[in-house]
Amino acid sequence: MRAILLRLVGAIPTLFGVVLVTFLLTRVLPGDTATYFAGPTASPESIAQIRTSLGLDRPLPEQFWRYLVDLGHGDLGMSLTTGQPVKTELVNRLPASAELTLCGLLLAIGIAVPLGVLAAVRQGSLIDHACRVVATAGVSLPVFFTGLLLVYVFYFLLGWSPAPLGRLDAFASAPKQHTGFYLVDTLWAGDFETFRAAAAQIILPAGTLALFALAPIARITRASMLAVLGSEFIRTARASGLSGPTVVLTYALRNALLPVVTVLGMVFSFLLGANVLVEKVFAWPGIGSYAIEALIASDYAPVQGFVLTMAVLYVLLNLAIDLVNRAIDPRARRGA
Amino acid sequence: MKRRVFLKSAAGAAALAAPAIKQAAAQPAPTRNETLILVQEYGPNSMDMQGIGAAQPVNGVSLNCYDTLIRFKRKPFAEGVTVFDLENFEPGLAASWQTASDGMSCTFKLRDNAQFHSKRPVTARDVKWSLDRAVKIGGFATTQMAAGSLEKPEQFVAVDDKTFRIDFARKDKLTMPDLAVTIPFIIDSETAMANAAGDPLAKEYLKNNVAGSGAFKVESWKPGTETIYVRNDDWACGDLPKLRRVIARDIPSPSTRRALIERGDADISYGLPPKDFKDLADAGKVRVAAVPVPNAIWYVAMNTANSPFTDVRLRQAVAWAVPYEKIMSAAMFGRGVPMYGGPQPVAKIGWPVPSHYKVDMDKAKALVAAATGGAGLTTSLLFDAGSATIAEPMAILVQESLAQIGIKVELNKVPGANFRGELNKKTAPMVINRFGGWLDFPDYFFFWNYHGNNSIFNVASYQNKEMDKLIDAARFAPDAASYERDVRGFLDMGMDQVPMVPVCQPFHDVAMQKYIGGYHYAPSREPDFRYLTKGA
Repeated sequence: MRAILLRLVGAIPTLFGVVLVTFLLTRVLPGDTATYFAGPTASPESIAQIRTSLGLDRPLPEQFWRYLVDLGHGDLGMSLTTGQPVKTELVNRLPASAELTLCGLLLAIGIAVPLGVLAAVRQGSLIDHACRVVATAGVSLPVFFTGLLLVYVFYFLLGWSPAPLGRLDAFASAPKQHTGFYLVDTLWAGDFETFRAAAAQIILPAGTLALFALAPIARITRASMLAVLGSEFIRTARASGLSGPTVVLTYALRNALLPVVTVLGMVFSFLLGANVLVEKVFAWPGIGSYAIEALIASDYAPVQGFVLTMAVLYVLLNLAIDLVNRAIDPRARRGA
Repeated sequence: MKRRVFLKSAAGAAALAAPAIKQAAAQPAPTRNETLILVQEYGPNSMDMQGIGAAQPVNGVSLNCYDTLIRFKRKPFAEGVTVFDLENFEPGLAASWQTASDGMSCTFKLRDNAQFHSKRPVTARDVKWSLDRAVKIGGFATTQMAAGSLEKPEQFVAVDDKTFRIDFARKDKLTMPDLAVTIPFIIDSETAMANAAGDPLAKEYLKNNVAGSGAFKVESWKPGTETIYVRNDDWACGDLPKLRRVIARDIPSPSTRRALIERGDADISYGLPPKDFKDLADAGKVRVAAVPVPNAIWYVAMNTANSPFTDVRLRQAVAWAVPYEKIMSAAMFGRGVPMYGGPQPVAKIGWPVPSHYKVDMDKAKALVAAATGGAGLTTSLLFDAGSATIAEPMAILVQESLAQIGIKVELNKVPGANFRGELNKKTAPMVINRFGGWLDFPDYFFFWNYHGNNSIFNVASYQNKEMDKLIDAARFAPDAASYERDVRGFLDMGMDQVPMVPVCQPFHDVAMQKYIGGYHYAPSREPDFRYLTKGA
């Protein structure tokens, strides 16, 4: 417990650094927010008016101080592109991104871990080669391309998948919000029809993300399994006459899992980034597409809010991974 | 209309005292044929088109959810497509209007039965409050009002409850058209002020809420995701729309938008790259409404205030070397009207008109040689990354062609937010851009783009006293003959001096299923749901 608290306190300087750097970066970018929002026929006076009303005419330290004070009150500012408070938007959009990323990750784990294990156990076999092909393809195809390809094949040509209109098709209505995850909320409400609709919408984007995440997970599972399978305690287990599956699953896999979990953390962060493009292709209302649109318009507040949210997420994610590592590996517990 | 009459009589027969709300509730839910699904790149960022920073799609909210005093009449353009008529008006909230005999004011009589969504009747005080707001609020709204000589609150007079007068600042032919665009819409002032929390312009409330009298209400608005409009069954300012519900989804990826319209999952798709529109139009499965954007052109501008393009011979050389036909096929994919290869002097009074330039490399080389003594020169060409689908191939083609006449061009592609800033600096030697005014007059275009007042759109920083005189004279011309003479004057001068090289007038393309009817093109280019129909 104390260790967790220490870790969280230790994250504060990092977060402050992130806040400062994003603030400076957004100001240093050459775009001029006031000119952009003054609209097409703006006169110099109306641009100046907007600059004053946004507080952009004040010196930088003062702007930063105001930003900090607002942050202290939990106010992340207003987005000019969507016209809404950044906090509301992030809160509304984060579940969409998280649901998509988690689904993609689970899908990837579900495929990659068994694939990696099999490839390690039957080294040099067909399945090993298949693993290599899938991993190489997954990494080398950019996500927006796989996304478009999947849309083209499964929606446009075959018509198996519903229209890529976002989280739900146009005629369905969103479930009552508990977690913000539609898949969970619909089950909570016992609304299986909407659950099916939401699941149908998420399959393709989650599949796209999974394809991207497969490679590192499968590769690291394979490598780590190979190392473990070659070690002495496995030979001992085999010599003691334990069955194949017991050896592989109970003895080898558990020990091979440690690097896999660490990689999972990294892959999760990758996926949050890769999300941005997938969200664009599938019109997914997540935080990635929100941040990109804001960045193009030099809309500072959402960009700052997005980076801050991501930083907080990473801190929490790293913490979670450390905790999982401790649960799996007794050495990590003693080491701390 | 018939259904409504029937429903009223049916409800009346069933229960004479049934309140109006019950009647509405008794209507069946909108069917799929009364529901329209529209996909667009991005939706509104506000509900208030007068507000500062309102984006292009907010025009759609103004158009469909609010009324103006008068509206542009519609005129047929192609099958299933109408466009606005700039000089003929039909009643909006004003049932009738009368210009004073001295031509210096106009009096409007409001409709007796018009009411806001809040059920309050529309009064002349609401009209005054709304127009006052438009000239006071600053930013684009105030600029647009001023373009029609609507400048001060004192010009707007609420004579009595249903009578409203506008006193003209000067005789300006843009005043009446300017009352029919999406800026001077009429707001429910009491509802707005009751929720304004002390702000005399109720900016925050109106940004998030519609307080109008228009044909549609906003049922739900999720910025960046979806906007849902439902019909206002009490709309008094025209025939009740056929559509009862419109779902506008924001789909950022153009490929996805195209797939949706081709598969038939969307009824209307806005904003695709020209190549997609060309493919869709060629395939013929869906209808592509291609309206040449009134008043608008794609152009290559040259900075006349700084070297090297202070020399008119160099500007003319560029105009003779722009590879027009290649641009039309490889950048525009044919989705526009060519604006080159015309007669000199220009063939007609209007804008845009084709220039007399076409590709003539020998002429261009000779002009460059005369201007630089054969040394050639190096310069740079600025364009907006936001419109790169068209501007980038165009820039590359210009670069290639100019290299052959000894002008070496570096390309400078900047994102949207910086592009405006760069234009404001007025230092870029060459710019590729597009401009079109809402109010389709040649003098309006020239006032923004060629006048010595040097607005942000005078990208070439062009300064010419003779030109200014002609433009100003045409804007307030007393009669048709002198107007024609002045317009002809500045058109020919503009073509000869060529601070900007006209390339083409772009189409405003919208893809829709063949069963969609009643598409209307308004100056703001946003879809007008009031006339759209779905099904046979």
